[in-house]
Amino acid sequence: MSNNIKLISIVLFTLFSFFILLKGLDKSNIYSPEIKESNVDFNFKAKYLFSEEEVFINDLLNDEGMSLINIWASWCLPCRDEHAYLLNLKSLNKLSIIGINYKDDEKNAKQFLSELGNPYTNIITDPMGINSIELGAFGVPETYLIDNKSKLIIHKFIGPLDDKAFAKLYDIIQ
Amino acid sequence: MKKIKILFKLLIIFLFFQNYSLAEISQDVDKISKNLRCLICQGQSVYDSQSDFALSMKILIQNKIDEGKNEEQIYDFLKTKYGDWIVYDPEISKNTVLLWVLPLILFVFGGILILRKVSIK
Repeated sequence: MSNNIKLISIVLFTLFSFFILLKGLDKSNIYSPEIKESNVDFNFKAKYLFSEEEVFINDLLNDEGMSLINIWASWCLPCRDEHAYLLNLKSLNKLSIIGINYKDDEKNAKQFLSELGNPYTNIITDPMGINSIELGAFGVPETYLIDNKSKLIIHKFIGPLDDKAFAKLYDIIQ
Repeated sequence: MKKIKILFKLLIIFLFFQNYSLAEISQDVDKISKNLRCLICQGQSVYDSQSDFALSMKILIQNKIDEGKNEEQIYDFLKTKYGDWIVYDPEISKNTVLLWVLPLILFVFGGILILRKVSIK
């Protein structure tokens, strides 16, 4: 009798562990924090790509509607892939797109744009990668949809934009 | 020959002091970055990692120290950006209370078991 109980409890324990591990496998191990919207502070300064002037990101978000902040670099291959989506978004004329040029060489960045087209309303530079950390970014490419009035992040896309992300953006903008 | 020796010694002394001063500047950054998880690397701290993310993070920490922020303020700043996960030392909260209390419960439970065994004998 006590042997039976032992056997059953061992089997149950094994099954229990098995399902916990199985569930663990399903979970993506890429960690992404919950967006704490209220804590995003756009009050930091950065230099424009096309001039020597500096600007507060806050001032770029001044008008009504929504803005898209896109972190990119000329050396980043996925950025090349997502560029068409950005040009597409620009042609919709619904939002201003702010580019953050991440750890890039100015010359290469400008060449990248003349090659593929410039979807950005404003481009600021981030030579040290510090401004991107202020936004809570991990790297390139990353895209944030922001409500200009409340300064809240409506949606965050980590990694290059794709059909799915574009459809989602399109839905929100319309 | 003697001159060369003296020069050599001077060089060593010079290099020693140079390294020393460099170490002093970044000591605080090292201390803080050792407590931060590099979010895009697996199982590495920001201090250990040479990824773009970690390198930027170290510069940012140095900037914050220069601004006069203390360690706690820097952790809090990064927690608002990246969540509690970025620090290695989790705070006691609703989600982590089990993590902190469980070893204590097990310890007490084990103690009770041992005491009972001993008293039965």
